[in-house]
Amino acid sequence: MEILYQRSKGLTDTPLHYCPGCTHGIVHKLVAECLCELGVLGDTIGVAPVGCSVLAYNYFNCDMHEASHGRAPAVATGIKRVQPEKVVFTYQGDGDLASIGTNEIVHAAHRGEKITTIFINNAIYGMTGGQMAPTTLIGQKTTTSQSGRSEEHSGKPLRVCEMLATIDGAKYIERVSVDKPLNARRAKRAILRAFETQLEGKGFSLVEVLSTCPTNWGLDPSESLDWLRENMIPYYPLGNYKNWE
Amino acid sequence: MAKGSVAFDETYCKGCALCIQFCAKGVIELDTKRLTPKGYHPAVAVNNDECTGCENCSLMCPDSAITVFKE
Repeated sequence: MEILYQRSKGLTDTPLHYCPGCTHGIVHKLVAECLCELGVLGDTIGVAPVGCSVLAYNYFNCDMHEASHGRAPAVATGIKRVQPEKVVFTYQGDGDLASIGTNEIVHAAHRGEKITTIFINNAIYGMTGGQMAPTTLIGQKTTTSQSGRSEEHSGKPLRVCEMLATIDGAKYIERVSVDKPLNARRAKRAILRAFETQLEGKGFSLVEVLSTCPTNWGLDPSESLDWLRENMIPYYPLGNYKNWE
Repeated sequence: MAKGSVAFDETYCKGCALCIQFCAKGVIELDTKRLTPKGYHPAVAVNNDECTGCENCSLMCPDSAITVFKE
């Protein structure tokens, strides 16, 4: 029998610690497959964030580095400037990238650092227990917005792709989702293009992946995908926001 | 229609059932009579005859627990 699909060589054998149905695992797999398909796994250095994916360095089968909260783009900048022949990526959640690390990501993009960022947006802080994030939707209940996020108190959710697309140094910006197989395949194509942007030396690339947090949303894995589709995609439209081609 | 089959590695499976949701052919079910070493009901192939090898289950499996074969 021929094997059509098997666990990517870009992942280690370590079982993921994520909750059942958490889409972090899907994105890990897509990133790992892209690195394998581009043939750069052995030349890749990843930077893990603080958050649920803090242990990502145990899962990617390439060299990994751990950064302080939100500082992954700064660490990646240093690595890439010292070893420009390496493929350098950061893997960051919305609490990491869109809150404490907004400064770092904006300036990494502004400087046109030739790194790739995979940005997981699940509209909540996962690891710390479901607090409101800058990306939490209006009306969404979290442990720190128990009546739902209000625009008057917290402002509207931050749209990272739209913001970074206005920066000249950012050369490839796309928002994708992993709520169904079609969108997951599109997400993989976007991640491939983002790494190609780096390999061709064009500049900064970022792929935002709309993801789920079944545990902190209080939904089962299947309901979480429905919630993502019905609530997140209307506010965070999928598509390409910047393309150097 | 191409003929495929799926196999599950219970070291990784957490019984999230996303594979079941995205299988159009009803090939997969959760085995509610058994637990994996981690304490989850594992996904099992109950109807591999219907499998077309579309790879939707393996794509959507967050824990990369599924291998898809083509016959």
